Amino acid sequence: LGRGAITDETWDDLEEALLRADVGLGVADGLLEPLKERVKAKEITEPSDLLAALQADMIARLADADREVHFDESLEPGQPNVWLFVGVNGVGKTTTIGKVARQQTEAGRTLLLAAGDTFRAAAAEQLGTWAERSNTEFVRGTEGGDPSSVIFDGIERAASKQIDLVLADTAGRLHTKTNLMEELKKVRRVAEKGAGTVTETLLVIDATTGQNGLAQARQFSEATNVTGVVLTKLDGSAKGGIVFAVETELGIPVKLVGVGEQVNDLIPFDPDEFVNALFDTGTDG
Amino acid sequence: MFDNLSNRLDGIVKRLRGKGRLTEADVDEIMKEIRAALLEADVNVTVVRSVCNRIREHAIGATRSQALDPGQQVVKAVNDELVRILGGETLTVQYASKPPTVILMAGLQGSGKTTATGKLALWFKSQGRQPLLVGADLQRPAAVEQLRTLGRQVDVPVYSDPEDPILTAYEGVEEAKRLGRDVVIVDTAGRLSIDAEMMEQVRLISGAVSPDYTFLVIDAMTGQDAVQTAEAFHETLQIDGVILSKLDGDARGGAALSVKEVIGRPIAFASTGEKLDAFEQFHPDRMASRILGM
Ligand SMILES: Nc1nc2c(ncn2[C@@H]2O[C@H](COP(=O)(O)OP(=O)(O)OP(=O)(O)O)[C@@H](O)[C@H]2O)c(=O)[nH]1
Ligand SMILES: Nc1nc2c(ncn2[C@@H]2O[C@H](COP(=O)(O)OP(=O)(O)OP(=O)(O)O)[C@@H](O)[C@H]2O)c(=O)[nH]1
Ligand SMILES: [K+]
Ligand SMILES: [Mg+2]
Ligand SMILES: [Mg+2]
Repeated sequence: LGRGAITDETWDDLEEALLRADVGLGVADGLLEPLKERVKAKEITEPSDLLAALQADMIARLADADREVHFDESLEPGQPNVWLFVGVNGVGKTTTIGKVARQQTEAGRTLLLAAGDTFRAAAAEQLGTWAERSNTEFVRGTEGGDPSSVIFDGIERAASKQIDLVLADTAGRLHTKTNLMEELKKVRRVAEKGAGTVTETLLVIDATTGQNGLAQARQFSEATNVTGVVLTKLDGSAKGGIVFAVETELGIPVKLVGVGEQVNDLIPFDPDEFVNALFDTGTDG
Repeated sequence: MFDNLSNRLDGIVKRLRGKGRLTEADVDEIMKEIRAALLEADVNVTVVRSVCNRIREHAIGATRSQALDPGQQVVKAVNDELVRILGGETLTVQYASKPPTVILMAGLQGSGKTTATGKLALWFKSQGRQPLLVGADLQRPAAVEQLRTLGRQVDVPVYSDPEDPILTAYEGVEEAKRLGRDVVIVDTAGRLSIDAEMMEQVRLISGAVSPDYTFLVIDAMTGQDAVQTAEAFHETLQIDGVILSKLDGDARGGAALSVKEVIGRPIAFASTGEKLDAFEQFHPDRMASRILGM
């Protein structure tokens, strides 16, 4: 997109860039329509200005979100904060917990990791390894056991040891599985039965996710009242544009971004960087 | 959230009916709906373009016919085209004349490789074979433990050595020969297609075991990136077939179409659940209907 006139091709290129980033057709056209008016009114005349205006619009739509990962300081010792991690299979929940554990430990908080995935083979061993890496307490249950009770036990243990924060892992589940979503609702309920308070429920979304991401966000929100999104695997070739739709259509803010498999590969979400990267063209075209 | 293609086209065709001949503009409108349906199903933009060009020809023919329901005819034309792309040769496994037959699993992080390794073991057992699993993912915490658990569940031995993934893969095949196992399935770590070092590692693993089949595992929820990923893995490993995972959800799975179109290799298996028997050979016709939301 350089100098010259704004033609049909310019619009097609912009739409295509948005589609390639997985922003989705509806959202893409919704972004381009108002710009067409501005071009018609001769407010914008150069293709490069048009791209800049589109990016500015997108950044503006991401401007007012609350991206803080909330920790309620007012809770007494013995009343742990609980952050719950949910999402479909294989997106990076357990790994993200490992990374968050390191960050929070470094921030001076005491932590406990609760292995609420009692289903997948070796899920607890995986989380246990992350607990060792950040030197945090760790609670697991029996394989195939009730995830709610594992998380409840973890919170009770944390309360008795005056631990500040419990990170609760859950098994990956497709949002279409009613029984598994019911199980998750129960996890969310039981997590507040004892001394703990759930101050974040983070939905993990993989950057490679296509249009299905919206359905995921809807269903998980309905079941657990999601407070934020963690966008993982943004170090790959996928742009993660579906979270733009998730945030702007459903009002769920993106809070954290995973950029690798190592313990330090977790950063705050930066709308400017994210939007600019959506338009970085790869070799595919 | 969105209507299936049938409903969408019916709406248009009803409006057009009674107009006599369809104009170019009418067909454009129909094509717009087809394009939207394919994009919503996550079919890659470039693939959508080429598919739509071909469908356009069919659509013109179908809308001009005197049939009662031209909408259905267009849908059928689209469906046939998708089946044609998805279908072609179905993969029938040819066993190595000198056992073991070696299978290499590859793909992005979390796509479902280790699970599919366990599922394939079960499938090969049902074909009367005696597989051995090799854990060459020494990266992800507890990856080998995960594979060992799956191995126990399907009663198949698992080989791994914590030293080195390339050596593990090589030794795994030797172990199979010692034990007289006739199929070896090598699970590898998840990797990004743009991670040069990790792609080199899997190339070396492949070199060490000379696989008879290399399967790329792709998550059915994948969006536009599926094409770039598949091309890169194909370039490094020469993929023989795709295993499409997590088809038990509501993702339309347009990635299947995109990947088939760009690497020209069949979708061999569909993985449809977390349980190890939720696995079957791939059906192109079911996939086409699914992409169209029907
Ligand atoms: N490149 C990259 N890989 C990641 C990132 N986050 C997680 N992964 C990898 O993705 C794979 C899946 O991660 P997990 O943490 O096991 O995902 P999960 O959501 O807990 O999976 P289930 O519990 O099976 O549903 C692992 O191989 C991780 O190393 C990331 O930000 N970048
Ligand atoms: N619902 C469903 N879940 C699946 C399917 N296949 C795999 N999974 C789940 O997806 C998650 C990731 O699967 P893995 O087999 O660990 O994926 P992987 O590719 O080996 O992951 P890495 O080794 O970390 O790269 C697990 O929670 C699996 O149970 C499937 O067909 N349907
Ligand atoms: K995934
Ligand atoms: Mg997990
Ligand atoms: Mg694995």
